[in-house]
Amino acid sequence: MVAAREKYSVLLPTYNERENLPLIVWLLVRSFEQSGNNFEIIVIDDGSPDGTQEVAEQLVNIYGSDKILLRPRAKKLGLGTAYIHGMKHATGNFIIIMDADLSHHPKFIPEFIRKQKEGNFDIVSGTRYKGNGVVHGWDLKRKLISRGANFLTQVLLRPGASDLTGSFRLYKKEVLQKLMEKCVSKGYVFQMEMIVRARQLGYSIGEVPISFVDRVYGESKLGGNEIVSFLKGLLTLFATT
Amino acid sequence: MTKLLQWLLALALLGVAWIALTLEPLPPPWPQLVWPLPTYLLVAFGCYSLATVGHRLATFNDCEAAARELQSQIQEARADLAGRGMTF
Repeated sequence: MVAAREKYSVLLPTYNERENLPLIVWLLVRSFEQSGNNFEIIVIDDGSPDGTQEVAEQLVNIYGSDKILLRPRAKKLGLGTAYIHGMKHATGNFIIIMDADLSHHPKFIPEFIRKQKEGNFDIVSGTRYKGNGVVHGWDLKRKLISRGANFLTQVLLRPGASDLTGSFRLYKKEVLQKLMEKCVSKGYVFQMEMIVRARQLGYSIGEVPISFVDRVYGESKLGGNEIVSFLKGLLTLFATT
Repeated sequence: MTKLLQWLLALALLGVAWIALTLEPLPPPWPQLVWPLPTYLLVAFGCYSLATVGHRLATFNDCEAAARELQSQIQEARADLAGRGMTF
């Protein structure tokens, strides 16, 4: 018997990504067409004032409404609920989440898929901290914070995955659904909690080295507030999981 | 068991072992060695942490090629989409 064909649903939460959205969609379509995998792209726009949705509609016209699904929300409601919202409309049996700002390149998706098949992994996580994982566009201070935070996280949580704050991942749909029910944090900590809870629930995690090119358009956000909320989240996970 | 409890448990075990050793009437060179043991451990861990973070910082993989590749693909994407009637 021939197994049902896999389908990959890419969730793209956007807020003011008018510049980046057409580019990331173009790269995604090309990557999927080259690898021959069945896919759909779900754009979840949180009422961007810059006309992101109008751009998305043009993309629907170009690529077809079976490939690009526009599922906007009225206002900015956060990443976690964006995934829940997007998943409701997803018809694939795998979900890929990534940033729409071009820091995650779709060329790695075929590697995620290969990795997933190789070990029948529940989750495949992109990592900047292993093998050929690379980052571009960070100054020394940013690198130091990143390395320090990663080391602290590894020591305190021993999570069994090398990149906890990254958000370029592939999930089996039912696994992501289960995790979304359990996870309560926001921002960077949300991505961390997903992996920590996944380990608790006994899900298997594969890793693929990725390159991370920091935002080409718009500035990257890492202020004192981010660091404080990261530490708070880390300690919360440390004390509760 | 939470990670916090695991840490507390491990620290408590080490602490008890250390107190037991300090209370033991050991022959001369030993008490001086046993007393500062927690400090040694702390310093060793601090050195390990600094060395690890320092090494990873020094070997940070900075990839110009990926950024250049992306830039050229952005040009390609713009041209292709414009050809299909996309207005930016």
